[in-house]
Amino acid sequence: MDSNGKSRIPEMIARNESELLANWLREQLAATTLRGDLMKESELREQSRQFLNMVVRAASQQPGLDNISAPAWEEAREFLAGISRSRAHQGFSPSETATFVFSLKQPLFSLLRKELEGDPRKLADEMWVATALLDKLGLFTTEAYQKGREEVIVRQQQELLELSTPVVVLWEGVLALPLIGTLDSARTQVVMESLLQKIVETGAGIAIIDITGVPTVDTLVAQHLLKTVSAARLMGADCIISGIRPQIAQTIVHLGVNLTDVITKSSLADAFAVALRRSRMEITRAVNHG
Amino acid sequence: MEQIPILKMGDYLLVTIQVDMHDRLALTLQDDLTEKIAKTRARGVLIDISSLEIVDSFIGRMLGNIAAMARVLDAETIVVGMRPAVAITLVELGLSLPGVRTALNVEKGMSLLQGAGAEQENVNGLGER
Repeated sequence: MDSNGKSRIPEMIARNESELLANWLREQLAATTLRGDLMKESELREQSRQFLNMVVRAASQQPGLDNISAPAWEEAREFLAGISRSRAHQGFSPSETATFVFSLKQPLFSLLRKELEGDPRKLADEMWVATALLDKLGLFTTEAYQKGREEVIVRQQQELLELSTPVVVLWEGVLALPLIGTLDSARTQVVMESLLQKIVETGAGIAIIDITGVPTVDTLVAQHLLKTVSAARLMGADCIISGIRPQIAQTIVHLGVNLTDVITKSSLADAFAVALRRSRMEITRAVNHG
Repeated sequence: MEQIPILKMGDYLLVTIQVDMHDRLALTLQDDLTEKIAKTRARGVLIDISSLEIVDSFIGRMLGNIAAMARVLDAETIVVGMRPAVAITLVELGLSLPGVRTALNVEKGMSLLQGAGAEQENVNGLGER
């Protein structure tokens, strides 16, 4: 730092930008974490060039290198976040992504050493400033990477949620809701909404909830089921719960869950038979006229 | 003063709630309805809430109360046309209206009432042919 405590790094980088870029690229291309299969060298070059450019521009403004959350760094931050997100989607690992920033350390330190050869005290100070800056940028990269991954997970969860709750019309006035997978509050909400919506659309009087595919039934799941049944009843539709396996019947009784107000059947076929009887219909074998 | 009309159709009373219920209106309806049941000796009450978009615990309880009062006056109550969102809200509030019968729409509610009426006649020995 010079007499008024300001770092000389921005000015040094700006002066030696092309040399620094070349060294940085060499460092990145030599790194073991390079993923030539996922990314072309030309793309990497372009990204590195743009990013270094932004760093130079941001560093030359107030408040300099100390605070990367300042407005001056906005452009660089967005760019870095974009890179991290796209790498997260492409399948890079976190360390492979963070290498992008951390590989700049070596070339930058070499530059500092060359520039400040005669002044060890200043060299140490500037080294510290540079390390702090790159660490912050590196952490920021990792955070953005993580966020990108989380976005993917959330999207997949939503897709799964939509896929997993089909309401099918079995017969005129009879709906079936085959549930597969664990029931949690969020899913119950979706199940309930789609069932009630379908009841309104079709005017069905009976809904069969089949839980053959639900691996475990605990008190919470039972409560969710009862809520769905109550809501359907308020709309004027009766519910039948089917597909209760022997173990689940045992668990329900052991847990003391009260299912007495609900019609339960062991299989969907039984439930369907009840539904037909309720709607005063019956199926008979066709008489062979041939 | 605002009032919810109560229509008489044969032996049954038809109440269509087409405005958002507030507490005072609910109490007025309760008064009017019990009086009307007693006066007309109605056998059934059909409450259509298909236009009702907002319910709270008070309105939910009021529906339950009306049904209970009507039962005391020997009239069956059927609540029809509840919207999905309303049903979910009531269940989440813990009000599953155990004593109230429900139907999807007015038509189904009416046939339910008539069915119940016929059964009662049979019980009384009036419906036998």
